[in-house]
Amino acid sequence: MSIIVGTDTKLVVSGLTGREGSFHGLRNRDYGTSLVAGVTPGKGGQDVDGVPVFDAVAEAVSEAGANTSMVFVPARFAAASINEAIDAGIGTVIAITEGIPVHDMLPTYWKAREAGVRLIGPNCPGVLSPGKANVGIIPAQFFAAGPIGVVSKSGTLTYQIGNELKQAGVGNSSIVGIGGDPIIGSDFIDVLELYENDPETELIVLVGEIGGDAEERAADYIAEHVTKPVVAYIAGFTAPPGKQMGHAGAIISGSSGTAEAKKQALEAKGVRVGRSPSEAAAIAAETLAAL
Amino acid sequence: MDLLEYQGKQLFARAGVAVPEGEAAGSVEDAVAAAGRVGFPCVIKAQVLIGGRGKAGGIKLAKDAGEARAHAGAILGMDIRGPRGEGPFRVHQVWVEAASEIDAEYYASIILDRSAKKPLVILSRMGGMNVEEIAETDPDALVRRHVHPRDGLALDEARSIAIDAGIDEDVVDGVAGILVALYGAFNDNDATLIEVNPLIVTADREVVALDAKVTIDGAALFRHEELAAIEDPPEDPQERLAKEKGLTYVKLDGNVGILGNGAGLCMSTLDVVANAGGDPANFLDAGGGSKADAIVDALEVITSDPKVTAVLFNIFGGITRCDEVAKGIIEAYGRVEMDVPLVVRLDGTNSEEGLRLLAEASLDGLHNAATMLGAAERVVELANG
Repeated sequence: MSIIVGTDTKLVVSGLTGREGSFHGLRNRDYGTSLVAGVTPGKGGQDVDGVPVFDAVAEAVSEAGANTSMVFVPARFAAASINEAIDAGIGTVIAITEGIPVHDMLPTYWKAREAGVRLIGPNCPGVLSPGKANVGIIPAQFFAAGPIGVVSKSGTLTYQIGNELKQAGVGNSSIVGIGGDPIIGSDFIDVLELYENDPETELIVLVGEIGGDAEERAADYIAEHVTKPVVAYIAGFTAPPGKQMGHAGAIISGSSGTAEAKKQALEAKGVRVGRSPSEAAAIAAETLAAL
Repeated sequence: MDLLEYQGKQLFARAGVAVPEGEAAGSVEDAVAAAGRVGFPCVIKAQVLIGGRGKAGGIKLAKDAGEARAHAGAILGMDIRGPRGEGPFRVHQVWVEAASEIDAEYYASIILDRSAKKPLVILSRMGGMNVEEIAETDPDALVRRHVHPRDGLALDEARSIAIDAGIDEDVVDGVAGILVALYGAFNDNDATLIEVNPLIVTADREVVALDAKVTIDGAALFRHEELAAIEDPPEDPQERLAKEKGLTYVKLDGNVGILGNGAGLCMSTLDVVANAGGDPANFLDAGGGSKADAIVDALEVITSDPKVTAVLFNIFGGITRCDEVAKGIIEAYGRVEMDVPLVVRLDGTNSEEGLRLLAEASLDGLHNAATMLGAAERVVELANG
């Protein structure tokens, strides 16, 4: 097994006719993901390299059987596109778009929750289940199939860690980028729960960064609900307060949201935290070998 | 985007929240003239984006034109540091406002609660000190209430918050009305934070916002032209240049210039350099698909900081192609004066091609490193050597 995306994923890409949408959507198809449709209002009836394009997500569901949507549309229209996928009965929505206003995301977050739709992102690299499906922009060549589940706020940092794991001969069940925005559809704890229940996952690597308290809440959740070993890495120890470090959500507000506080919260619950991505990967490989 | 106090008060006034009358001024003469119109006594307040202005001497009461002149002269041009040493922030503008007679000081705020995914309204009868102090002194004095974004804040709910907070009975309706208006301002302006501290009750029992702290979501500025127009360019020369070039750059205090691709990897690079004994000069995220031009711009911004004595490029190519980065570096050497050493770690997509291009170009002062840790150690050695 794997989580969120897999062999039963039937993908529709909102924004497939755009430059980024077609590049990554077709890349996902080349990887083996079942890409069944694209959606661009006004371009229904066209196709992108053989993939049918519809005017609305609902048609992609009824005509092509889509069950997973990837959102690649510009920021100011992206929340509406997520809402459309929810209304169309899509079960999993993965929003790659960066820069969606938080006041757009607040009602969309609740709409997804209340409809029972799994929303990943926005501002995330997507989800890769090695050997099965790739939905998003994660470069699959740095990851092998295996027993480690990765959940991360950062893209490139995850590639770095995945690559070191691969070189150590260890692979992944899934890699989930939850995104770096202040309001995201799924938090660490949502994904930790999925990994805990996934028989193929034996160990979990959590990659966090400054801002908010998702890592602290994950620490509490791990202590109470996660039986599998968790190894963590946190970025941003040298970040100054009040400055946004690239991601909209990566900001220390007053004295809260620091990397040190997150590290201490995780260590207090028995999670080992690496001081560098390499150390985190090494601890994960070593812990796995000892299981 | 953070608003200055007076910009926040103007936004409040538009939303129907009472604020003292006042005028902004950028020179001593303008401040004295403004004080004459506002009337005496008046308060001269430094307009900078940091708390603790009063303690730093940035807020003064003026009883007459002579005092207004003296205070405006002292405050304009002064450098103010924040309570945690942030800054310094230079004062370019003062806000001159009518002095208020204060009967009671409350605290009110609306923040975006990232965990609950809802706005959180906080109200306290203990205003004037910062909210962390209130929480420590008397946690029961803080009433916290989440608002479902779909429902908004109804007047009844706002009244119940005011009653729970122990607000004086005769102003419960006034405070509740202000909470509703602030919530409206929060929504309509795409704010992520609105804080009024203190929210005062005047001698004639009117509820007035005496201060304003407002943060607007930068991602939503496209639909707020009036707010986008008042955004000042960054004061720091490197941050200003980076903004012009569309780069994500944050100035730090050290001497090791840093570029990474991706926010997480870049933050991690700063940490690894600090662990190796170095002192990062900046954060610069070259982004997910860095092309040659962006690399040239980035190197120009980083090396324009005179404190920088060595630079580290930490690239793990995913969507970013290492050969594109290498081309950017080679081009930058032709266009930017490179008088400090550059350590480059290229890994990931097309890294072999990138390394081959760099080797062929044999650039002066360029050092390759195979790993992130090795690169950090090397750049610290060069920066401090």
